[in-house]
Amino acid sequence: MNQRKMGDLLPRLIPILAVLLALLVGAVMLALLGTNPWEAYRALFIGAFGSTNALADTIVKATPLLFVGLGICIAFRGGVLNIGGEGQLVTGAIAATAVALAVPTWPGWIIVLMSLSAGMLAGAIWGGIAGLLKAHLNVNEILSTIMLNYIAVFGMNYLLRGPMMDPLQIKLGSFTPQTARLPRSVDLPRLIPTRLHLGAAIAVVLAFAVYVLLWRTTIGFRIRTVGKNLRAALAAGINTKRYMVLSLLLAGAFAGLGGAVEVLGLHHRMFTDGSAFGFTGSAGFNGIVAALFGQLHPIGTIPAAFLLGALLTGANKMQRVMQVPSALIGALSGLIVLLVVGSEIFHRRQIRRADKRNSELEDAVDAKEDS
Amino acid sequence: MNKVLSGFVLVALIVSSIAIIGMATPFKVAFVTPSTINDSAWSQSMYDALMTIQNEMGEGNFQFVYSENMFVISDAAAAIRDYASQGYDLVIAHGSQYGGSLVDIAPDFPNTAFAWGSTANTFSDQGITNIFSYQPYSEQGGYVNGVLAAKLSESGIMGVIGPIETGDAKRYTEGFEQGVMATNPNAKVSVTWTGSYSDVSLAAETARTMIKSGADVLTGTSQMVIGAIGVAKKEGAIWFGYDVDQAPLAPKIVVSSVIVDWTVALRPMIDAIQSGTMGGTVYDLTLANGGLKIAVNAEGLVGKTIEGIINGDIKVGE
Amino acid sequence: MTWAVIVGILSSGIRLATPYLYAAVGETIGQVSGVLNLGVDGVMLMGAYVAFFVALRTGSLSLGLIAGAGIGAMFGLIMAFISVTLKAEQGISGIGLYLFGLGLSTFLFGVTIKNVQTIDGFPDLAIPALSRIPVIGEIFFQHNILVYVAFALVPIAWFVLNKTPFGLKVRAVGQNPEAADSLGVNVSRVRYLTVTLGGMLSGIAGASLSIALLNTFQQNLTNGMGFIAVALVYFGGWRVSGVLLGSLLFSTVNAVQLWLQVKGVTIPSDFLLMMPYIVTILVLAAMANRRVNAPAALNKRFERGES
Repeated sequence: MNQRKMGDLLPRLIPILAVLLALLVGAVMLALLGTNPWEAYRALFIGAFGSTNALADTIVKATPLLFVGLGICIAFRGGVLNIGGEGQLVTGAIAATAVALAVPTWPGWIIVLMSLSAGMLAGAIWGGIAGLLKAHLNVNEILSTIMLNYIAVFGMNYLLRGPMMDPLQIKLGSFTPQTARLPRSVDLPRLIPTRLHLGAAIAVVLAFAVYVLLWRTTIGFRIRTVGKNLRAALAAGINTKRYMVLSLLLAGAFAGLGGAVEVLGLHHRMFTDGSAFGFTGSAGFNGIVAALFGQLHPIGTIPAAFLLGALLTGANKMQRVMQVPSALIGALSGLIVLLVVGSEIFHRRQIRRADKRNSELEDAVDAKEDS
Repeated sequence: MNKVLSGFVLVALIVSSIAIIGMATPFKVAFVTPSTINDSAWSQSMYDALMTIQNEMGEGNFQFVYSENMFVISDAAAAIRDYASQGYDLVIAHGSQYGGSLVDIAPDFPNTAFAWGSTANTFSDQGITNIFSYQPYSEQGGYVNGVLAAKLSESGIMGVIGPIETGDAKRYTEGFEQGVMATNPNAKVSVTWTGSYSDVSLAAETARTMIKSGADVLTGTSQMVIGAIGVAKKEGAIWFGYDVDQAPLAPKIVVSSVIVDWTVALRPMIDAIQSGTMGGTVYDLTLANGGLKIAVNAEGLVGKTIEGIINGDIKVGE
Repeated sequence: MTWAVIVGILSSGIRLATPYLYAAVGETIGQVSGVLNLGVDGVMLMGAYVAFFVALRTGSLSLGLIAGAGIGAMFGLIMAFISVTLKAEQGISGIGLYLFGLGLSTFLFGVTIKNVQTIDGFPDLAIPALSRIPVIGEIFFQHNILVYVAFALVPIAWFVLNKTPFGLKVRAVGQNPEAADSLGVNVSRVRYLTVTLGGMLSGIAGASLSIALLNTFQQNLTNGMGFIAVALVYFGGWRVSGVLLGSLLFSTVNAVQLWLQVKGVTIPSDFLLMMPYIVTILVLAAMANRRVNAPAALNKRFERGES
């Protein structure tokens, strides 16, 4: 019995060992730079968890990762790969901003609801385009979502330096590509006196909603069936094309909502530095990482997004304290991803062994799906 | 008893105030910037200016730290807030995209001064008193480059490569066009925006396309122009620089560079902060106040001519 | 439009297509064997950085090129180890590889070269006789050596994949690894080879930027080109010829939009900049009925002895 417990525990510890190994590699590089690795990592830890403010920043950073990650959970379960999180975040944010600026005098909560819905809708459309292209015109979603990311960014640049530019910027002659500040009535409430806003709570609630959607509804069952076994789904009479579109549409909707929440909760305006990164902070990619660390399970994605947010937030603090290029942490987070996904093999072996033990009881297909 | 106590307090006060004056805590600046401090453009120009001031004032009196690569706005906001909470005297948010965050942060830290640019907006209209701003009149430098360009161009066709049509890049480009037109009304300036500050490859191909369509003089803004400079160097087109002296990148073809000398804004800003004014001033950087300078490439034609006259290789007026 | 304009645009298109070709052909070989590597951009950045660094320090472009190819192969090897030996989820491994390459190249640049510098890269090499042919000569035969090699790679890769025993193995491993395994093909070894080769080509793609086309390095020099290269593999339907067409289409449309901007067309630049991306999607959508022979085992882990 004890041995079995050990056997269960070890694979769970392996991702943590992988992170430690990556940090060790980083420590060697820091030492080569002449920086004290211990001090550097202390700064990283303090920057992520060291104070209320740091913790709030970590959660703020994790919020868009969770939104994108939830969408990724749906898309992956539905058998589609959504690399379009960046573009979907941007379209969602732009739509939310446009709506809030259009009706600034309406009651705040109405604008907030309209604005968030607009963001969600815009993201859904951006994801849905990729879905329709895949289902009906045989255009692979990896290609279309990559291209749609660029199209969204150029569209954003056009709107922000043109029709949506803050009139004040034109008056001052600075021509900074950003919109006016949104009416204060639409600011999402702060949870504590830091930057932490309601968006984080919305994301967590939605994580449970996604869980219910995927495992407690017929729609979710069909999405998963299409993703797991296309032929079986066809044989069962499921309209597979419709569910492919739906998966990408939902993935886009969550990312779009994430973009809208970033605007209403954090920035209170939309801006561009020419790329998507300035606004998204690569959440479109990091969200994929968060979802996969979370085993493609919406509830698992919550702590995964939090940890990734902590790492990214702490990295910036480390740069400030130690004057170490933050790119080092970018490299380390890549290494952590590689080591963690690489180490999952032990987890899978574990499951296979369990399968053999309980082969009469457990349906092998189900176990594979959970891996 | 009371007298003894008050005498003791008095002595303590004097001693501690002497100690404070004697220690002369250095002026501490934190600098948050979107690209890297070695980008040969926007960020480097500010980094160089801070280094200059540190050399002038001495490390004991002036210290600065930086956060580079802060292209993610919410990361930059976290950095700005963190620096302010650590009691830095001045936090420079070196990018017009950071303004939105400053409005939220500055009121929480009345003892810290903030500065940002390029803009003329100090948010004093919103009752905020601890934000400075700085704004280079890039169009002035652009005009000078434009006049020179028009004189040097044989084909009468010139190209400008910019990132997105906004901010400093837009102002520099408009100034350049004006300068060209004032000198040669028949000249043609073609302007291309690559849609990115960092797409070196597209900047390079733009330069090639321009040269193919007859341009023999090129200029441009942002860190991606390194690609265009490379092409100009290969094809023998003339280049005019912006932000920092770009002559070292291609000594043979760079005629002059418009340099933004941020020390012109930083010096009075530091003085103001030390005398208790925490914000509200817009510092213009112009040719008139030396905030904009034209760096003539010493190895280029103009520089060689000047050097020749000075050392007597070129005889003038004989 | 005059001939000169067309010549200019087409020759731009060919130059712009070069890095995409290396990277996308490399990615095609890997994907045909069943391995999706989303990390191409990161590998390109490492290739670009290492090639530039070596060329700058040794003064030898050839050494730089070899070093760029070498680091690319090393990154390919890492990807192979993670996706083949450790059987990790391929999509996420690729994203990890991308983040690793992006971070590491930026970091190393910051601590070794520090300031943006330029070098004299591979010079343009006009091919004797051929370059004299009017129009054609100027479009095709006045480029640097890495441009020629990229285009020479297309028929070579096609031949190897379709006409050699090795190519047959690669395709078999990508279509049905279980069957290939039962016929005695070493699935892991084939995939190790293809993914490492793919990485090497991505490394060369990066080097073609830093020491031949742009002759400089700065952080994120590729600006997402590696992702476009992955997209082009799908565009080409896993055929090398399709990848060639896709690269040329994307790059030529880009050259056209640059030319339109230079000519001062009054359409806002942002819309012109969108063109290559929109056209690529539209062209692919218009060919909806084409036959695509997708590697059936792509992005699936292969466990020996299973099923």
